[in-house]
Amino acid sequence: MIKVEWLYWLVGLVFVVMAVQMAADRSNPRRWTSAAFWGLLGLTFPYGTGVANATAHNGGWTLPAEPLGVAVLALIVLAGLNLLGKGRPVTSTAEEREASATRLGGRIFVPALTIPLVAIVCASLLDTSGLFEKGRATLIGLGVGCLVALAVGMLVTGERKLSVPLHCGRSMLEAMGSALLLPQLLAVLGSIFALAGVGTQVGRIVHDVLPDNSKFLAVVAYCVGMFLFTVIMGNAFAAFPVMTAAIGWPVLIEQMHGHVPAVLAIGMLAGFSGTLCTPMAANFNIVPATLLELKDQYGPIKAQIPTALSLLACTTAIMALFAF
Amino acid sequence: MIVLLGVVVVILGFVTRRNPVLVVGVAGVFTGLIGGMNPQQVLAAFGRSFADSRSVTVFAVVLPVIGLLERHGLREQAGRLIGRLGALSAGRFLAVYLLIRQVTAALGLTSICGPAQTVRPLVAPMAEAAAERSTGAALPERLREKVRSYSASADTVGLFFGEDCFIAIGSILLITGFVNSTYHQNLEPTQLALWAIPLAVCAFLVHGARLLLLDRQLQREMALAHAEHDLPLPQTTEQKATRQKATEEKGTDK
Repeated sequence: MIKVEWLYWLVGLVFVVMAVQMAADRSNPRRWTSAAFWGLLGLTFPYGTGVANATAHNGGWTLPAEPLGVAVLALIVLAGLNLLGKGRPVTSTAEEREASATRLGGRIFVPALTIPLVAIVCASLLDTSGLFEKGRATLIGLGVGCLVALAVGMLVTGERKLSVPLHCGRSMLEAMGSALLLPQLLAVLGSIFALAGVGTQVGRIVHDVLPDNSKFLAVVAYCVGMFLFTVIMGNAFAAFPVMTAAIGWPVLIEQMHGHVPAVLAIGMLAGFSGTLCTPMAANFNIVPATLLELKDQYGPIKAQIPTALSLLACTTAIMALFAF
Repeated sequence: MIVLLGVVVVILGFVTRRNPVLVVGVAGVFTGLIGGMNPQQVLAAFGRSFADSRSVTVFAVVLPVIGLLERHGLREQAGRLIGRLGALSAGRFLAVYLLIRQVTAALGLTSICGPAQTVRPLVAPMAEAAAERSTGAALPERLREKVRSYSASADTVGLFFGEDCFIAIGSILLITGFVNSTYHQNLEPTQLALWAIPLAVCAFLVHGARLLLLDRQLQREMALAHAEHDLPLPQTTEQKATRQKATEEKGTDK
């Protein structure tokens, strides 16, 4: 049986290999701290196997969580003090890419489409085959899809060395920097908020304000709450754990028996409508304005606000109508 | 109530534009400590939840494949695909781009388009050219800004409401990671991605319609701009004269 932990080990291995490449890259002014960051992140993946809750699935192999906590704080310090650098990207020239695009034509899209295709096949057709760990078929399918796509990609492009895609991936990793780790850290923050009782406190306040058993008002509170919180924080990922612990889970799911995936998926998208309206989400709203040399840096936000408000209404309506 | 200060720390951190990783770290430690945990428990909480949310970062395995394809002209080929649409009107062109952006994002190809990759070099110039072709004149500065803003919006809306249909995207994995570890559920990413489809359709209809309306707005505003320019010259000087006279009279009144 293929376990999801194997995928985590693969991810960790990818990070460690890329960290080694970084350490050897003299064009990166901060190569040692960059290599330390990604290497340490890579090591947290196999170590996490021993810490994760699902101890029954990994043969009872347990490790203390505190050292991992120290490692996470070290990652935060390395990224927080801007110690991550970029090397010169390992890539082809514009002419080479044009020539290659002409030669390959539409075939260049085939490996990219392989990833979702394989993942969907694993999640739907092979899920019941017993080949994959129960309930983890999609994630494992993603890993399998990437390996298959890598093989297909090397065939299609005629690339022979495995180090080439790894170098290309590393360049993308360096370009993303610590932004890549932010979603996982926000998930950590969400759990700590939950442990410390932040969600329950917000929930108590909401409970005092909301009339009892009004499903529609509770849905409005969750969706609009996600929207407003995202506008303030500029990030739906940070709003999600707080609003879900406050209203989404205790009220909409436990009290009113909402359909779990529907409530959560739609709630997240209500937050995305908020992202469209806020200068706090600089990378989506201010950066394009700068790139397009707009005089009004709020131009894109102004173009997006009517759509965002309509979609907030849609999320609320769809959740109220179909999630219960 | 005091634990709500943790939220305040996050908001303050983001509002003052501190490094987001640092904000999240400080807010986590602070909230844990005021929530009554001792330092060892805070460390354990960091470690345990970091291990439980590893699935959020799994999408990094996609990078080598996409990197390899970009090296071999993935973006250039995507650009050519968009280039073939150049004969459409500005609004129709942007609506088709919105659809392409949504569909590719839904397949996990979030990085082949984007503000730096396609909007600046391709989408915005092509939308401007289309607008100028259909109205038959150079765009005034204000309308040029508007067309560019709408080009950026087509990209962002397409990305946001396309990517959630793909299972290996941060937001979907964040939901499963958070819920599975906090509430001991067994959620699968595919279940969540399915529920993102109705909203993807809504987003396309709403924003697509607004992009098509942009064509009409452009026509109307260009007609207005033309009308202003085409006013016979004597009349304007005459108006100017009367206006000047009026202000002069006002001035003497004072």
